Amino acid sequence: MKRMTLGAVALAFGLWGCGGSKGGNAGAGNSAVAQAGGSGAGAGGGAAGPTGNATVSGVIHFTGAAPANPKIDMSQESACQSKYTSPPTDPQYVVSDGKLGNVFVYVKSGLPVGATYPKPTTPAEIDQNGCLYHPRVFGVQVDQDIIIKNDDNVLHNIKALPKENRGFNISQPSAGMTSKRSFTKPEVMVPLECNVHGWMHAWVGVLPHPFFATSGPDGSFTIKNLPAGTYTIEAWHEKAGVQQQTVTVGAGETKTADFTFSAPKA
Amino acid sequence: MTAVFAVSAPVHAQNGKVVYNKWCAGCHGDAGAGDGYGSKAMLPHPRDFTKGVYKIRTTASGEIPTDDDLRHIIEVGMPGTAMPEWKSRLSAGEIGAVIEYIKSFSPSSFKDTKAKVIAIGNAPSGSGIDEGKAVFQKLECSKCHGMAGRSDGKSAPTLKDDYGNPIRPADLTENWKFRGGSSVQAIYTRLRTGLDGTPMPSFQDAIDNKLITDEQLWRVAQYVHSLSPEKAPESREVIRAARSASALPTSPDAPAWQNVERFWVPLVGQIIAKPRWFAPTVDGVWVQALHDGTKLVLRVAWDDPSKSPDPVWDEFLGRMSKTLTDVDGPLATQQGPDRLVVQWAQHPNDESKRPYFLGGDAKMPVYVWRWTSEPRLEEGTETGIAKFTALPNGRVTQAAKYVDGQWQVVFTRPLESSDTTQVPRFNAGHAIPVAFFAADGSSGEDEIRGAVSTWYMVYLDVPTPKRVFVAPIAMIALSAGLGMLLVTRAQRRVENGGSAADSSHTEER
Repeated sequence: MKRMTLGAVALAFGLWGCGGSKGGNAGAGNSAVAQAGGSGAGAGGGAAGPTGNATVSGVIHFTGAAPANPKIDMSQESACQSKYTSPPTDPQYVVSDGKLGNVFVYVKSGLPVGATYPKPTTPAEIDQNGCLYHPRVFGVQVDQDIIIKNDDNVLHNIKALPKENRGFNISQPSAGMTSKRSFTKPEVMVPLECNVHGWMHAWVGVLPHPFFATSGPDGSFTIKNLPAGTYTIEAWHEKAGVQQQTVTVGAGETKTADFTFSAPKA
Repeated sequence: MTAVFAVSAPVHAQNGKVVYNKWCAGCHGDAGAGDGYGSKAMLPHPRDFTKGVYKIRTTASGEIPTDDDLRHIIEVGMPGTAMPEWKSRLSAGEIGAVIEYIKSFSPSSFKDTKAKVIAIGNAPSGSGIDEGKAVFQKLECSKCHGMAGRSDGKSAPTLKDDYGNPIRPADLTENWKFRGGSSVQAIYTRLRTGLDGTPMPSFQDAIDNKLITDEQLWRVAQYVHSLSPEKAPESREVIRAARSASALPTSPDAPAWQNVERFWVPLVGQIIAKPRWFAPTVDGVWVQALHDGTKLVLRVAWDDPSKSPDPVWDEFLGRMSKTLTDVDGPLATQQGPDRLVVQWAQHPNDESKRPYFLGGDAKMPVYVWRWTSEPRLEEGTETGIAKFTALPNGRVTQAAKYVDGQWQVVFTRPLESSDTTQVPRFNAGHAIPVAFFAADGSSGEDEIRGAVSTWYMVYLDVPTPKRVFVAPIAMIALSAGLGMLLVTRAQRRVENGGSAADSSHTEER
């Protein structure tokens, strides 16, 4: 999931062709950005959003004992159950060595108001495999295509339950099916669920810009290509909640923004 | 006309507000959030218009409905829910106005967005019910709707709507309750569009991916349509217990039952005695009866997606208690058994006095068979709902079976009774008032929260006298004889008058 997110960022980067640009408004005068922005997402049709070469990275720590992930009874779906060697669990907490994965980290504010960023031409992908979603947590840009795949030879329905966007509910009754959907408005997070398998959950962060990442199993995340500036960075976890911090980063700098979550009190 | 509407839309919505506040707000709420005072007891809840999400559309999953979609639902209502038809009460202009007003509750959904209708063709010619069944299985519709379509699929206990309210898959054997209509075309349209806000998805992508063809989806619709009776059952007051010459079937799955007429008795939520219950699981029972001059057998079958108690339904009960919070106190925290009460008038011949249909009262009790899925069967009297006193020496027996989301219970008892003060005489040639109560333990129903019927009659056929068989034969013979005579005479007349040359026959006169 991290790879994909970073790939999307890298792609956006490549599109604009401003790898070497310095300063806070690298993309401002770039015709590629202007063109892409003109045909793209358009959250208000403002100036093409700036990019840069600043980086915010960090590690999501987790303190205390992680709650045990609930066991999933897949006995009604042998096609899924057979994909596991040990009883499957719902990976609500991906904790390893005191680090927390599947945390969505993104720039909540600090970019110019009304700035638009062209949507990546490469779609995001989510797969249903073993009656779980892969990835479970990921980000897309507004209007970016999301390819939904079914690698299970069972019926899944994919239901999006957004608040700001229009939802959808589509069925994929067999392996090999793909569907393509997108969201037109920024929204963190849009839940996805399967009603046939009530345990299946995923979350999509929809943003008007490419500055987001999902922490890997080692808890690390990296948001690249930021213009210099002061940003509110938010970290979201499905169970442990939301945290924010403010980070000021100069051109070419890398700043660290670590977060520490703990299990919510029961 | 369209142009006029567009220009005058704000005025339109104003008129719509008047209509809405008068007729709609009680359930759907003043601000359209589905939270009117009537909403708390309702399942399904009234539509929340602020989301712009609608079940019954002719547009793709996730899309807004057309004005015609909204008009259709207002005009015909939603079967199986509290939403009635409004065509007989509101004028076309009022309905048009209220549509504009309803849309104004979700401006972000409707403003600047045009609803795109999916092209729905005609059903392919011929019937493909067998193919439809195969595709139904391929698409795994049974995961929710169950093997026999009675909403008892493996995923059914986990289903919730967009708000977390418990929701049941449609019982495909009762298509008169389909929200968007029971026709093959209506079913097909739902398969293409899904029912937004519910777990029912669109199967459009299965066609787009060439997993199935459009024609196959029509076949599924035909198959689903075939699972219900041709017409919605009408309730008749009298349930006939035919007299059987052969041994009475006493097991629920005895083949003999297939040839016994079945009677539909509709049930509604018990909303008189507290705690009242507005969201009953059971909406009717199928009743069959036979007797042989010494015994009565009564087979009662009803759809209930859960064989209660069953731990897989715990979550569903939890949702029920969260959703229906405002109805005479909290639901049970644990599932009880499923229940059926067959209630009889004690003195059927006294037509001037019939007990209160809800378990009788102290002055005039009723005679009851109380069945639960534990299993347990009690025989006794009631002096009000659930005010039960057992009778000694009960003579009723039961045999029950739970099959694919349906309970089937056969009660057997002798016609004779030693206690004719408490127990009605089950005399042939008489009609005995009967009423039914059913409860589903998995949705928090109990002795009082459940579904009830009013009084019906069970009429025991009298033995057929021999003359009944002899008389028709005699009549046939007689009329045939007379007919022959007439024909013969007529022929002779014709022959006499018609052909003088042919005189050879006339001598017979």
